[in-house]
Amino acid sequence: MSTETRPLVEIQHLKEYFPINTGFFKTTPLKAVDDVSFTINRGETLGLVGESGCGKTTVGRTILHLYKPTDGLVIYDGKPIETKEDLAEYRTKTTMVFQDPYSSLNPRMTVSDIIAEPLDVHKLYTDPKQREERVLELMDHVGLNSEHASRYAHEFSGGQRQRIGIARALAINPEFIVCDEPVSALDVSIQAQVINMFDELQDRFGLTYLFIAHDLLVVRHISDRIAVMYLGKMVELASSEEIYDHPLHPYTKSLISAVPIPDPKIARANRRISLQGDIPSPLNAPSGCPFRTRCPYATDACAASMPAFEEIESGHFVACHRVNEINT
Amino acid sequence: MSSLLEVTDLHTSFFTDAGEVKAVNGISFFLDRGKVLGIVGESGSGKSVTAYSILQILAPTGRIVSGSVKLDGQELVGAGEKAMQDVRGNKISIIFQDPMTSLNPTYTIGHQLMEAIMLHTKRDKREAWDRAVEMLRLVNINEPEKRMRQYPFEQSGGMRQRIMIAMALACEPDILIADEPTTALDVTIQAQILELMQDLQRKLGMAIIMITHDLGVVAQMCDEIVVMYAGSYCERGTAEEIFYNPKHEYTKGLLRSIPTLDTMGRKLQPITGTPIDLLNLPEGCPFAPRCDAAMRICIRQAPASMDINEFHKASCWMNVKALAETEAALEDDGAADAAETPEGGDAK
Repeated sequence: MSTETRPLVEIQHLKEYFPINTGFFKTTPLKAVDDVSFTINRGETLGLVGESGCGKTTVGRTILHLYKPTDGLVIYDGKPIETKEDLAEYRTKTTMVFQDPYSSLNPRMTVSDIIAEPLDVHKLYTDPKQREERVLELMDHVGLNSEHASRYAHEFSGGQRQRIGIARALAINPEFIVCDEPVSALDVSIQAQVINMFDELQDRFGLTYLFIAHDLLVVRHISDRIAVMYLGKMVELASSEEIYDHPLHPYTKSLISAVPIPDPKIARANRRISLQGDIPSPLNAPSGCPFRTRCPYATDACAASMPAFEEIESGHFVACHRVNEINT
Repeated sequence: MSSLLEVTDLHTSFFTDAGEVKAVNGISFFLDRGKVLGIVGESGSGKSVTAYSILQILAPTGRIVSGSVKLDGQELVGAGEKAMQDVRGNKISIIFQDPMTSLNPTYTIGHQLMEAIMLHTKRDKREAWDRAVEMLRLVNINEPEKRMRQYPFEQSGGMRQRIMIAMALACEPDILIADEPTTALDVTIQAQILELMQDLQRKLGMAIIMITHDLGVVAQMCDEIVVMYAGSYCERGTAEEIFYNPKHEYTKGLLRSIPTLDTMGRKLQPITGTPIDLLNLPEGCPFAPRCDAAMRICIRQAPASMDINEFHKASCWMNVKALAETEAALEDDGAADAAETPEGGDAK
């Protein structure tokens, strides 16, 4: 990882609170993302993992300003996104691939219209012929047949629909794509096809990915670095090898030990670190470190304050008060 | 020695307006007391329909066309609704994938647990209450008395799945069918539930049929594995045999296509093509259109089940080819093995 070049995307103290009605005239903020900072380098894939409700999807959407951030800053290629003009320009370089290939494609539109929609929105062609050529080119990039252009989304299988979604994302020649669980709705044999396609497209077009997923083996396969979230906070970030071989945060440790390994000998010998209880409601998050209610190492200090997200080793960030004691 | 559950050549179809959908096409397996059997396959492979056929809880359009399901030597296919009611819940229980929708939101947890207990045993209300509390305690739910008075919406996903397990086990069934029990749950909660199931299986000595698409879950839980594709079974055998010595091209492809601990930085090897349309099953092997190793015979004729060894059966012509090649190399003896598969010559 090059350190001298500046990161493509820099997220500073990002917060996203949703107001929830908790009484007649009372709203309580649901802190979906609470003070998260990290960077994504050009050409890399940053994996973002965590359990449902931890805020990983919200992070992805807030980075793209699909939700207006409650607080904090997104800096893209050295330029903070603040004004409307910034945002308009930002949107021509960034895009998203969604989780559910069934609900993210309009059933009333043909495949060619779906793929061309970003071209229409950003007015990226001068005559209809150019538009059609671009659509066919995009379909070719994702391995779809040109004769599929006039069909509707319901005529396709899940894997092919996800290809349509990816072609649509590529339409604007993006630099940065947020992939929100793009393979979790797919069957195992199709998953591998789509994962390989993400790899190939990245090499070919120099794309940068934020890859959100809950399947840790998939994330590990595709990512250069991995960030782990718990209850709206980032708890650990390091290279893929580091996260798997030397996880430092107790949550990451238990998360990784909980992954069922598809190999009977390893799976049976695997010593799982089981966690007690469930994830607390984000409406009623514990004080201090959000993980302390399930953490086997929690002390009074953990309840008093949120640990800082610090670089413990080179490139390895952890937010834990007792990281040094636990890992000796 | 006869097995606890014996399924032989099961065929189940759904009769829809578009035609006959052959969801299960000749599945055979057996399950011994106290063992864990995994049924693995992708969506549409017929793994859930196999389970529903055993319990005969198919949708109205579905019907067991032929085959036999024997529980402890007793034939269940055609046994009648009355006999089946005695089997369901009592001898074979099932837990479903989605713990959010399989509990009734309008009744308390206690009501639903006690209903199952009173329906199947001769306990009165008070005894049923005690039994329900005991079951909740068994699945590690704290404050069971309080939970009994709560409603499903007050519970988290993992908690609801525990309640489903408690309900399924309340009548001490011989077999628990778990249909994707952890697919809707998070990884750390999944680990808790799988651990609980293993614990209970050891404690109560029941057999489990684990239906899943997650090869990791299978590797961790199962003694025996059946791999299904498009309603047919590809191979079955012990977990070690299936993972370390797969003998069907689909299983091999599946194992190659999943990311494991050592695929990092390498390309995955996906299975090409898309899953098959069950309305138009091909004549030959259903996997042949996607199989890289497909031979002419694969397209023309469906492979029969062949014995790989004592613990392992597979339906793939490649094994005949391999066998024929070994034959040619050995030339002289071992003729007895070749005689078992008369079509062997065609495969060459």
